[in-house]
Amino acid sequence: MNALIPLVVMLPLLGAAAALIAGKRQRLQVIVTVIALVAVLAVSVVLLVEVDAVGPLIMEVGGWPAPFGIVLVVDRLSALMLVVSAVVLLAVLLFSVGQGMADGDSETPVSIYHPTYMVLAAGVFNAFIAGDLFNLYVGFEILLVASYVLITMGGTGPRIRAGVTYIVVSLISSMLFLASIAMIYGALGTVNMAQISVRMTEIDPSVQLILHVMLLIAFGIKAAVFPLSFWLPDSYPTAPAPVTAVFAGLLTKVGVYAIMRTETVLFAESDVNDALMVVAFLTMIVGILGAVAQADIKRLLSFTLISHIGYMIFGIAMGTVAGLGATIYYIVHHITVQTTLFLAAGLVERQAGSTSINRIGGLLKASPVIAVLFFVPALNLGGIPPFSGFIGKLGLFTAGAQQPSWLVYALIGAGALTSLLTLYALARVWNMAFWRPADEVEKYESPLLEELTEAPGENTDREMKNSPRLMIGVTAAMVVVSVALTVFAGPLYALSSRAGENLNGPENYVRLVFPEGVE
Amino acid sequence: MSVSLVLVVLMAVMYACGVYLMLERSMTRVVLGFLLVGNATNILILIMGGRRGLAPILNDGATSGEINDPLPQAFILTAIVITFGVTAFLLALIYRSWRLSRADELEDDPEDLAIAERDAAVQEELRNPDPLDTEVDHLDELAAAHDLGERGEE
Repeated sequence: MNALIPLVVMLPLLGAAAALIAGKRQRLQVIVTVIALVAVLAVSVVLLVEVDAVGPLIMEVGGWPAPFGIVLVVDRLSALMLVVSAVVLLAVLLFSVGQGMADGDSETPVSIYHPTYMVLAAGVFNAFIAGDLFNLYVGFEILLVASYVLITMGGTGPRIRAGVTYIVVSLISSMLFLASIAMIYGALGTVNMAQISVRMTEIDPSVQLILHVMLLIAFGIKAAVFPLSFWLPDSYPTAPAPVTAVFAGLLTKVGVYAIMRTETVLFAESDVNDALMVVAFLTMIVGILGAVAQADIKRLLSFTLISHIGYMIFGIAMGTVAGLGATIYYIVHHITVQTTLFLAAGLVERQAGSTSINRIGGLLKASPVIAVLFFVPALNLGGIPPFSGFIGKLGLFTAGAQQPSWLVYALIGAGALTSLLTLYALARVWNMAFWRPADEVEKYESPLLEELTEAPGENTDREMKNSPRLMIGVTAAMVVVSVALTVFAGPLYALSSRAGENLNGPENYVRLVFPEGVE
Repeated sequence: MSVSLVLVVLMAVMYACGVYLMLERSMTRVVLGFLLVGNATNILILIMGGRRGLAPILNDGATSGEINDPLPQAFILTAIVITFGVTAFLLALIYRSWRLSRADELEDDPEDLAIAERDAAVQEELRNPDPLDTEVDHLDELAAAHDLGERGEE
């Protein structure tokens, strides 16, 4: 079984190479990449079943034993993240195939798109299974460099401008991460995460705190946590719809995953939970207030993405098994639902020629299918019972109430408020873009729309097109998956709780990598 | 762990210059700054490798106490490759940006411009209030802000 672990990185990389060789033959490229991702999905499902039934898996790459060689670790959290990201990557790939075929590929040079996409997938999977801090850095770099290419796809003016912001911010975060690794190596003489966890307890607490905060800042930029989140709504909406969807769903969650590992394995002794709680509070409130002020659907969704990162940071900051379990369920829910909403926004953009709710209307009549595909995940994100958004938030709040303090109650209040404001922002999109008759769009006056911020350079309405069946089908499939998170919430929540138990205390992780102990 | 002072000073100077350059608007300077920061980080890794020593090959009868720590050098090699790739991409991006706008500078975010100009317009109204009709005044203000916003986007 251990031999399956490297496949989740190797298959996408081989797929990327094959797609690059296939070059101009688009159909072949599509077939190769889809096969590679389906294979990864199958491998990750097998890994999840195996890990949940038998126990975590370890792979020592090249046969070098643990502190010297690189280890790949798959526990329940890693396996679950692998499965969810494989599902999302596959869905978005099919969506972009549908869009590419419909648009005649005039905008995106497809010969680059598919290989880059597979490299991005390899980076995401690598980050999820890394048991070594430097390998985690390499995973981050793989996915970031691929994301630089994807976000500037086509090289139009606005994309270059937005891309430069994104790239420079990401470069700074990478440099900070690398410098932290250097200092951790200087202090501890290792980059193996399990060994770091053991040795970290032996050094001066103030040095621990410095290393801890440096790593958190580096990951916080990637996860778009409040004071470090300014780049996200500026850069995501200008990218092509499928690219935005996969970035929004996965890339920030890789940062959250890294923060989770930092808190539970690397710095289990050093406690910054109160600071994380404050950051989570601000992330939720500032993020959602940004969303309320937006008229553009994609920008609005980018702001809700930031505010919902706050819930995950809240769960991690609680540091209890219940909190971590709820966070894992919330991450799974959020990856699925946020991606689905961005895909639905992509459909809206094609159907209506714009994503500004000031300029579109009557979509419910024009295209009831898209309306349903937007409505269901919107309710889900807003946390309406019985959807998974509600279950996840309920889990987080229950876990918080088990260790009462004024800070936790403030966060629960902020979480409830954020949930309501999310619902308000999305309901306004629904009212304006879908429910409002198309003939009322001109000269429409409403206090709801005053002072809303328009997206830059969006004044030219694009051509309206019908969406091909593949795009609708993929979005519908993602809606079904997101509803399935509700239908199968019982077993899934139990699985998340078991994954949370794995993270309880670094001893589990250390015993996994070093069964005979380590100095 | 004894550290060469020269390396520490070199690293500090490179970090300082690199951060300064990365804060510039000109994209070429950002790339130069990134190169400096990247290499400063490589030197940091080298410093963290610890004391000086022989090349890390044990064949010539050197004992493990005499050789240098090889792991930081492997890190540095990896980091150099990544920095190289990213720099190549950044240069391509700058070239593309220059082809599009004939300027090396990063453009302002049109939305930021619009907000800044709207605020300026509101301030102007506040400074010279129209005493006659506040309702009309409010509409004028909105209209002015709207016009300015549109001009900013062009």
